[in-house]
Amino acid sequence: MAYPTQYKYTKEHEWVDVKGDTATIGITDYAQQELGDVVFAELPKVGAAITAGKSFGTVESVKAVSEIFAPASGEVLEANPELQATPEKINTDPHGAAWLIKVKLSNPAELAGLMDAAGYEAFIAEKAKEAAH
Amino acid sequence: MESATTSVVTELRKTALNGVHRRMGAKMVNFGGWDMPVEYPATGGLVAEHKAVRNGVGVFDVSHMGDIRIRTDNAVGGALAAVQHLSMNDASKLTIGQAHYSAMLYPNGTFVDDVVVHRLGEDDFLLVINAGTREKDINWVRENTRDFDCVVDELSDSYTQMAIQGPRAVDVLQKLTDTNLAPIKNYWFTHGTVCGLPNTLIARTGYTGEDGFEIYVPSNVATSERVWDAVMEAGREFGILSCGLGARNTLRLEAKMALYGHEISDTINVFEAGLERYAKFDKPEFIGREALLAAKDAGITRTLVGLEMVERGIGRDGFACCADAGPVVGVITSGSPSPTLGKNIALAYVPPAMSAVGTEIFVEIRGQRVKAKVVPTPFYKRVRKAAAPVA
Repeated sequence: MAYPTQYKYTKEHEWVDVKGDTATIGITDYAQQELGDVVFAELPKVGAAITAGKSFGTVESVKAVSEIFAPASGEVLEANPELQATPEKINTDPHGAAWLIKVKLSNPAELAGLMDAAGYEAFIAEKAKEAAH
Repeated sequence: MESATTSVVTELRKTALNGVHRRMGAKMVNFGGWDMPVEYPATGGLVAEHKAVRNGVGVFDVSHMGDIRIRTDNAVGGALAAVQHLSMNDASKLTIGQAHYSAMLYPNGTFVDDVVVHRLGEDDFLLVINAGTREKDINWVRENTRDFDCVVDELSDSYTQMAIQGPRAVDVLQKLTDTNLAPIKNYWFTHGTVCGLPNTLIARTGYTGEDGFEIYVPSNVATSERVWDAVMEAGREFGILSCGLGARNTLRLEAKMALYGHEISDTINVFEAGLERYAKFDKPEFIGREALLAAKDAGITRTLVGLEMVERGIGRDGFACCADAGPVVGVITSGSPSPTLGKNIALAYVPPAMSAVGTEIFVEIRGQRVKAKVVPTPFYKRVRKAAAPVA
């Protein structure tokens, strides 16, 4: 699955799509592959504050629980309502319909350190090489 | 996202089928020091594998399991006496060609390991043990059989063990052997030619709650890969999937089969684990017997129950259990979504007063108390085909 070039990526495998001061956040295709069959997503409520680097929710597969870390600080505008009933969408469309939350950024400068798509692809290629040993 | 997979520092042990798993693109994990497949994403992953075993057939590499043979050459009865001393079930009741579930206990009645004891001959037994406890088990067996007239051999590295599991397992394996599998009953075994390999141990055993077989073939890579490929080919018409430890865990959990380090351990006794039907107190002696009899009189303070989550959430291994607003009273030993039931289930130790079916129990999930209830176990029981009446 291609990594959209307009997104920014974290080392914890989240993506961020920034439009003005609003960011949409999800987990990457690599992340969903690592998790396997997703069965559960726990997301913050609208109005909640999230803090850069801190966990704001969890995505669970049959075998694993993964915390999702905020790439930047802000206030939650929307949590994807589809994921309560159909969390498996995270497996099929992680970069699109299965976005997790939309956030009003309080400090967009926090995004400066994130990777672009090419940088992220190089990052996960390196991880795959490690795992192949 | 942060992966729960532990990073690899020490050299992991590999089964003879490691190359096969990697070529199939399996996701590999460190399981008790072994580099093992957890699932095969290219063919659908954990849930597909689980369903293949429940509805069709799946094959697992379980070569990391250990094998200990205890036999006598000279005196008659030395090996049997040793097994009777080591194992809580009554091996004298086994016919040659029969196996049973049992456990080796410490003198205090807690678990060294659970084992499947196979009676290969009058005075010849094979104990199949867990991967993570192999060294401990073999040392335990050697130490505690010194005074018996028997020979102990560790054969763990001699065998590649494959588990072919599911309602179509018999059809798959039958294509690879001349031995008629139909008369082999659950927990019985035979020796036959499989894929041209003579004298192969074929046991109707498994760890999935489903019908199936476990076969033991020589552990060289070429032979192991040849048999694996033959099983996959024979199973193609039945939609066979290679299955990893992920599905193995969800399958055994639904069937309420214990996992060492979870439901049983060196701090849990046989009565707490609800496995007393496998402890034969009419045997005059076995390690742990006296402590268990005392424990029976004293009564238990915790007991293993099945839970089903009522509210949204998944109770996982190690999560605390509470009465509504009260203190922590128990702990989950294994918890997971159940692919067969479509519910979130768990096994947990709770006080006996909270063990009745229907009792509300709250599971602490990341600081929230989430409602669950005690349900009957096993969570899943296969429907056995109507067969000839058993004598």
